[in-house]
Amino acid sequence: MLETTALACERGGLRLFSDLGFAVAPGGLLRVRGANGSGKTTLLRTLAGLTRPSEGVVRWRGQPIADDYRKEMLFLGHAPAMKDELTVLENLEFSAQLAGLENPDCKNALERLGVARLADLPARFLSQGQRRRAALARLALSAGVLLWLLDEPFAALDAEGITQVSALCTAHLAGGGMLVLTSHQDVAIASAAPQEIELR
Amino acid sequence: MTGFLSILRRELRIALRRKGDVLNVLVFFVVIASLFPLGVGPEPNQLRAMAAGVAWIAALLAALLSLPRLFAADYADGTLEQMLVSPQPLAAVVLAKILAHWLLTGLPLVLVAPLIGLQYGMPAGAFGVLLAALLVGTPVLSLIGAAGSALTLGVRGGGALLGLLVLPLLVPVLVFGAGAVSAAMSGLDPSAHISLLGAFLAVSSLIGPWAACAALRVALD
Amino acid sequence: MNSNLLRFAAPQAFFPIAGKLIPWFSVLAGVLALAGLYVAFFLAPTDATQGEAYRIIFIHVPAAWMSMFIYVVMAGWAGFGLAMNTRLSGMMASALAPTGAMFTFVALWTGALWGKPTWGTYWVWDARLTSELVLLFLYLGFIALKGAIPDPARADRAGAILALVGVVNVPIIYFSVQWWNTLHQGASVSLTRAPSMAAVMLLGMLLMALAAWMYSIATTLARLRKIILERERDAEWVRLQRSAA
Repeated sequence: MLETTALACERGGLRLFSDLGFAVAPGGLLRVRGANGSGKTTLLRTLAGLTRPSEGVVRWRGQPIADDYRKEMLFLGHAPAMKDELTVLENLEFSAQLAGLENPDCKNALERLGVARLADLPARFLSQGQRRRAALARLALSAGVLLWLLDEPFAALDAEGITQVSALCTAHLAGGGMLVLTSHQDVAIASAAPQEIELR
Repeated sequence: MTGFLSILRRELRIALRRKGDVLNVLVFFVVIASLFPLGVGPEPNQLRAMAAGVAWIAALLAALLSLPRLFAADYADGTLEQMLVSPQPLAAVVLAKILAHWLLTGLPLVLVAPLIGLQYGMPAGAFGVLLAALLVGTPVLSLIGAAGSALTLGVRGGGALLGLLVLPLLVPVLVFGAGAVSAAMSGLDPSAHISLLGAFLAVSSLIGPWAACAALRVALD
Repeated sequence: MNSNLLRFAAPQAFFPIAGKLIPWFSVLAGVLALAGLYVAFFLAPTDATQGEAYRIIFIHVPAAWMSMFIYVVMAGWAGFGLAMNTRLSGMMASALAPTGAMFTFVALWTGALWGKPTWGTYWVWDARLTSELVLLFLYLGFIALKGAIPDPARADRAGAILALVGVVNVPIIYFSVQWWNTLHQGASVSLTRAPSMAAVMLLGMLLMALAAWMYSIATTLARLRKIILERERDAEWVRLQRSAA
């Protein structure tokens, strides 16, 4: 359902990648590997529609990506997107509202990422790892969102966090969802159709 | 609609927990207006003649002070990126932020403006016109200011550059707004000025958000 | 896409064309300027009230016209580049800006030179001069914004948005300055109240305006070539150019 044709991207005059073509179907997992600066984040942001590719097309359900695409897509970048002044729960509720999720069970989502006890704490008191987990709690609300685009989801997570997130991802794929992620580490996510791309 | 409201509510909630930001703008407004008499002398007739212009210039500068913050914090922590990938129309996001900015900057200026009127010996009849003109004109500061703020996101020299971009575009607001108050102070009818101000508000409510949306997409490319 | 015409939208294709056009426009500019100056100094009659000093309007008015015209053209190119995503259009807008700003500055400066001998003061806040001043700020803002953004593609797009906002606002700004000027009757001096226009004066101004236009095209094309070489410096054809030179 997600496919790209002859995708190429430039950043600051440097060609990061070119002639990239792949397809991801329901239940499919695509892992993007590559050294720092190889363009993994740029590729993900291009798939999310944030960055315009210099060549090529990203297609969703056969059509070039447009506004409707965003209803079925979730993108989580490097930054946790949390406001220091708001509590963890308030931050998550806002993310859910922004994503148009109905009746999100935010408390339960925080529980599944092991940060429920931090729910009423202003985000500025959280450590790096705790922020990451709180941001990833969004995944527990997004089973109904078909395509997940995750940029280094396991960064700054401890072993327990990695297990929790991997479990969420596996469940998502088992339910017919799709996942594209960038990661340095090997991922323990079960998929019927795993693919890998290496960017140089 | 819920996206618009949730963004508005969030902005107001954050501002409530950082009251300092709003107060800074108001204090700055009063400080600027207080500097003019110190610079040109306290002669009442001279001050009265300057009153309209000073009130407006102080409002422009105070609004300018708060504009860089409009998108910068969200840009830095990744929230802006989330807003762009969310199903919410970007125009709704931008309008919510502009409305919040006006509620937290423009509207307080309108409420504090009578103080300036007092300082400059404005006749009683002109106070109402000053408030009306500011009420119509301050949203323009937020609308055009948002475009400028989005264009200079993450660009070095931000604050001064923002001023250079935005202030020339706000000349009509200054002319019509100060003109309305001056007219009222001379006993003339200010309605033509206010109407022109309203027309400019209508134009900016189309251009400002369009430019801000386009500029945000460019900034997050 | 009309590939025939848009072929020339590639910087590499347009570079030599620009080079060939520059001498033609320079010559035209020179000829027209000579004709215009001849009319200005020898054919136009001496003004009854202002004497010889008024002849500076033959530079002042065309410069003001060009400053406005170039802004609109610049915004047009920038807007086209934003919509069609062509690199050359953005470069064209960048090339036009300094020339436009220069004409604005010339209009202001000649206005001051006219004011001094005629009205005894270098600066008057009349409608045209004030509008030119605001226009100068708009040009400077455009140039500053482009200069502050390191990535050229992003700079082009941001500049285009700014220029489009500007071009919509310019008529409104001009109108508001006119409005402001008529309200404050204080300034009895006005550079817009030029001596009544004899046909020969209009001819002189038109010739100078055309000369300015040709000059603008020549300088803009020359500047455009420099910008192309700078932006495309990693391209093969530029390196060949450099090693051949």
